[in-house]
Amino acid sequence: MRAFRYERPSDRAGAIALVAGAPDAVFLGAGTNLVDLMKLEVAMPELLVDVHRLTSDQIEGLPDGGLRIGAAVRNTDLAADLTIRRRYPMLSQAILSGASGQLRNVATVGGNLLQRTRCVYFQDLTTPCNKRQPKSGCSALDGHQRDAAIFGASEQCVATHPSDMAVALAALDAVVRTEGPKGERAIPLTELHRLPGTQPERDSVLEHGELITAVDLPRLDFAANSHYRKVRDRASYAFALVSVAAALDVVDGTVRQARIALGGVAHKPWRAYEAERDLEGAPATEASFRAAAEAELEGARPLPGNAFKVALARNTMVRVLSNLTEGQR
Amino acid sequence: MDVEISLRVDGLEHRVLVDTRTTLLDALRERLGVTSAKKGCDHGQCGACTVLVDGRRLNSCLALAVAHDGAEIVTAAGLEATPADGLHPLQRAFIEHDAFQCGYCTPGQIVSAVGMLQEAAAGVPSVVSRDLDGEVVLDDEEIRERMSGNLCRCAAYVNIVTAIAEVAR
Repeated sequence: MRAFRYERPSDRAGAIALVAGAPDAVFLGAGTNLVDLMKLEVAMPELLVDVHRLTSDQIEGLPDGGLRIGAAVRNTDLAADLTIRRRYPMLSQAILSGASGQLRNVATVGGNLLQRTRCVYFQDLTTPCNKRQPKSGCSALDGHQRDAAIFGASEQCVATHPSDMAVALAALDAVVRTEGPKGERAIPLTELHRLPGTQPERDSVLEHGELITAVDLPRLDFAANSHYRKVRDRASYAFALVSVAAALDVVDGTVRQARIALGGVAHKPWRAYEAERDLEGAPATEASFRAAAEAELEGARPLPGNAFKVALARNTMVRVLSNLTEGQR
Repeated sequence: MDVEISLRVDGLEHRVLVDTRTTLLDALRERLGVTSAKKGCDHGQCGACTVLVDGRRLNSCLALAVAHDGAEIVTAAGLEATPADGLHPLQRAFIEHDAFQCGYCTPGQIVSAVGMLQEAAAGVPSVVSRDLDGEVVLDDEEIRERMSGNLCRCAAYVNIVTAIAEVAR
């Protein structure tokens, strides 16, 4: 690990100024991903600014019936929160699908969103990787592709975003609140992460020194009927090959609304807008779910090593939506 | 850059000067001579370094010591023992059920199990919980899922689950 300076300022403005003022400075939350990447020398910050006491670790109600989740809320605490479990079960399930008990106990909401890809080449300094070192090449294009994206990838990067939590938040239309050198802003979660394009080194739209302070969950009554399903190579403690977060509103056998997002398939949580549109007003049957999944997957551009993800994503979507329909009968 | 921090480890206060790069695991083992927590992968993948920090289990290899100034740490060596045999009930159960071979992962397994049982008692669900909102019933499937952050190279898993299940009941 390279040497670095450590600062723990007493307020957010001070923390933001410290990071904004040094090009190689980064915020430190729990560090479960950052410290790992520093050991590998994938990340070599010169200054760590500890913010884990500078944002809220509470979940509060909002006037419109939504919830505000502080950026420092630990993953375990968010998953275990009774209101989240009852009103947004897919969010609890998504978090509980990720990492291990030890990691969830410390990992924060803000840090979870900003974790880096687990693409093997990103973490292997001996191989080219455009995300780690711009313009060095992408080793996955003719290498190991099992974890690679099927949606929205570019010639330069086929990495996937590893978060489970972010997939459920994308389906729930969550909004990320930030504070930075230019002030505060609210970013829809579906717009927080970027597609790789020609700048795969940039995971998100956040600017240098911009700090996530909270995530707002809008009220969504039918999210009480939601589920997160993760498919992976091991039964536990592994990243998703494919995951599906879905909430379904079925009345008299007809889908009124659906919210669907996929994980493990893109550089960002992949909101399945095409499938959602397809389902609106459709009979809540397996045939409709299959047609909607296939409509979404028409946009998939798999590589030779991950073509299986198309069928896997389709089948997982159909299964999750079918189970949610049974839950409403 | 060196920073002086204080840590309370298994009931003893320490003040120690650490380089900012020092993990909690290295501070324990290399600076304080507390070798109960083990270094396996050093990347948060194996769980051998698990300790309780302020009552919660975590991977000490991914925690920077400098960010844990003032923390209360409990290792497997510092677990509360029953007077009869000087062992924590989980330690006794691991011995009785032959829940290890080489023993390298064992302190991490035991501390992790202590933290896991507390989480379950507090009602924290797992991804295999039948009812996300219901009472936690620690059957074997639940124990396996909740302990998945602790690997055992000797694959003593069957007996580890049995030992933990005995204490959970």
